[in-house]
Amino acid sequence: MGNRCAVIGVGQTYYTTKRRDVSIAGLVREAALRALEDAGLTFKDIDAVVIGKAPDLFEGVMMPEAYLADALGAAGKPMMRVHTAGSVGGSTALVGASLIQGGVHERVLVVAFEKQSESNATWALSTHLPFSASLVVGAGGYFAPHIREYMRRTGAPGHIGTLVAVKDRLNALKNPYAHLKIPGIDQKMVESTPMLWEPIRYLETCPSSDGACAIVLSSESAATGTPAWVHGAAMRSEPIFRAARDTVSPQAGKDCAADVYRQAGIADPRRQIDVAEVYVPFSWYEPMWLENLGFAAEGEGWKLTEAGATALDGDTPWNASGGVLSSNPIGASGLIRFAEAALQVRGMAGEHQVDGARTALGHAYGGGAQFFAMWIVGREKP
Amino acid sequence: MRDVAIVAFAQTRHTDHDTGASEPELIQPVINEVKERTGLDRFGFTCSGSCDYLAGAPFSFVSALDALAAWPPISESHVEMDGAWALYEAWVRLQHGDIDSALVYGFGKSSLGDLRTIMTLQLDPYYLAPLGLDQLSYAALQAAAVGAERPELDEIVRRSRADGRGNPYALDLPDPEGEDFALRPLRKTDVPPITDGAAAIVLATGDLAARLCPNPAYIRGIAHRIEPHYLGLRDLARSPSAADAARAAGVGKGPVEVAELHAQFPHEEIILRRALELDGDTVINPSGGPLAANPVMATGLIRVGEAARRIHDGTARRTVAHAASGPCLQQNLVTVLEA
Repeated sequence: MGNRCAVIGVGQTYYTTKRRDVSIAGLVREAALRALEDAGLTFKDIDAVVIGKAPDLFEGVMMPEAYLADALGAAGKPMMRVHTAGSVGGSTALVGASLIQGGVHERVLVVAFEKQSESNATWALSTHLPFSASLVVGAGGYFAPHIREYMRRTGAPGHIGTLVAVKDRLNALKNPYAHLKIPGIDQKMVESTPMLWEPIRYLETCPSSDGACAIVLSSESAATGTPAWVHGAAMRSEPIFRAARDTVSPQAGKDCAADVYRQAGIADPRRQIDVAEVYVPFSWYEPMWLENLGFAAEGEGWKLTEAGATALDGDTPWNASGGVLSSNPIGASGLIRFAEAALQVRGMAGEHQVDGARTALGHAYGGGAQFFAMWIVGREKP
Repeated sequence: MRDVAIVAFAQTRHTDHDTGASEPELIQPVINEVKERTGLDRFGFTCSGSCDYLAGAPFSFVSALDALAAWPPISESHVEMDGAWALYEAWVRLQHGDIDSALVYGFGKSSLGDLRTIMTLQLDPYYLAPLGLDQLSYAALQAAAVGAERPELDEIVRRSRADGRGNPYALDLPDPEGEDFALRPLRKTDVPPITDGAAAIVLATGDLAARLCPNPAYIRGIAHRIEPHYLGLRDLARSPSAADAARAAGVGKGPVEVAELHAQFPHEEIILRRALELDGDTVINPSGGPLAANPVMATGLIRVGEAARRIHDGTARRTVAHAASGPCLQQNLVTVLEA
């Protein structure tokens, strides 16, 4: 794992459908300045900038790090651009942390963003490489069959997805930055919305958001304020077209979790992890990832959801921030998970704070559920 | 820092047209080649560089994993940058001390679209891209700022193409002839060829490096810098970010026998020689450089590979590789390699 690394600043923009008032540069700078303010630092204190986002086609700007160098105070410094599909926000944090853990830098600014209002993500995600026809529309079209297979295998009742949709949106009401705020949301309301991709209803899917998230990472000697310490960090990828892979509970997710748990000394994630921010873009992914991440035995994830174990006041709160279901600037969604995990162990999550959180998981996945990025952060030094 | 060496390098025989090979098909042979050469089938870390805009599709790197036989799942990441930055990320990862090998690759097919226009989309979308500046326009602005004499530029192109003809992986381009301008002051022969290609490199540390390669090319310094995006904020005749990166990488700490520069246009070579403070004793781009083969997103990584190759074959003891990104050499990465 190398040298110790801490999150010493977190900055987020308010997530919303359209940020008409700022350019892309203005959006990322807003998050960066908030993270620097949180850390009590300025751009001058930063050694390097790492930026991540999902496909460039979403905004129509190719390799936008070139254009964003000035807004992020990167001129004269090293700047890197990460792209690992939907997991990119998480991977970007890990690439930034790697610079600290490898002893290359003392302080790194990590930024991820998406300004989805510049295009239509569903259609941007429906084009495939030339000469291979797209059989699905959008990410929901791709993942719905995996969800149906999960239901078939486990016999999970059909209402489980709606429980997650309600729970995460209730949490979002406590998060000032969350995009979807739906007062009075309940199961009936979710069930009354149109079916998009069987079994995913409109309110069981994530929104398209504009937004950016930034964190400041530091070495032990350069830490300021209230640090969240990185106890484990890992990435795993598997090939999308491998016939034998299990798309419902991908091996890469299991291996990635096993790696971060080993680094952080976690044997029983449900008991040892106080709060988890997990990439759940469609409601059913909560029970699916509960199993994939070892919080529940195979086939048992939906029971935890049904019992309310993952609610803010449950024994293993998931997505106290409202999660991807409530805010989804795609390229930033993974980093928001990682940042919210850090906020929790720093005790700075505000109204959606999980009392006494000492250990938290940040999780992101992408591609055809084949790219995984995770970290464990803790209040104490590793 | 921990000693990290380049122990294997492979590249495609680059083409000036689409051969019909998909990106995974382009990558697989070079991946297999470095796997065979090192005898390694699994790596501690894998990182790649490519650009969706070349393929014209989101997530174009995703299917590349299928070329890797990434099973069981691998520890892997991707930069939307030239593969040289993927190498940098892997070098950083190797500094953690818990793994001892990494696979790096870069690939691109610039034949699929109109690269000149596509590169416009890299500019500030509000203030620069709408001006219609394309890749040649901004390169021409920089060429004009450098103001080099025509014979010097012509000689760079002539030398690059001649060296490229001697390099089985580069294109066979004739000696430059004709005085047609592509866009003043750029001659048609100053413009890098449209190229499809890929490259792969294996990094290894300590004992493993020595075991895998008789002459490992050790990375003695590696650093990169970016500078302001707006052309009006920069002195286009100079590259302070390349100079800073060269200093941080320690280029000047010893003689440089060979420098492989990511100079896509002849005037960029002049800027970079000055920025890296290379004297007349340094052989520049003996591979032919980007003017002889320019598979965008792999070109910078190939510079690192070519610089390493001179050490692998024992013809040099200290070489330098340079990679660039962004309009008018906005971003530069410099690597110093030693036997």
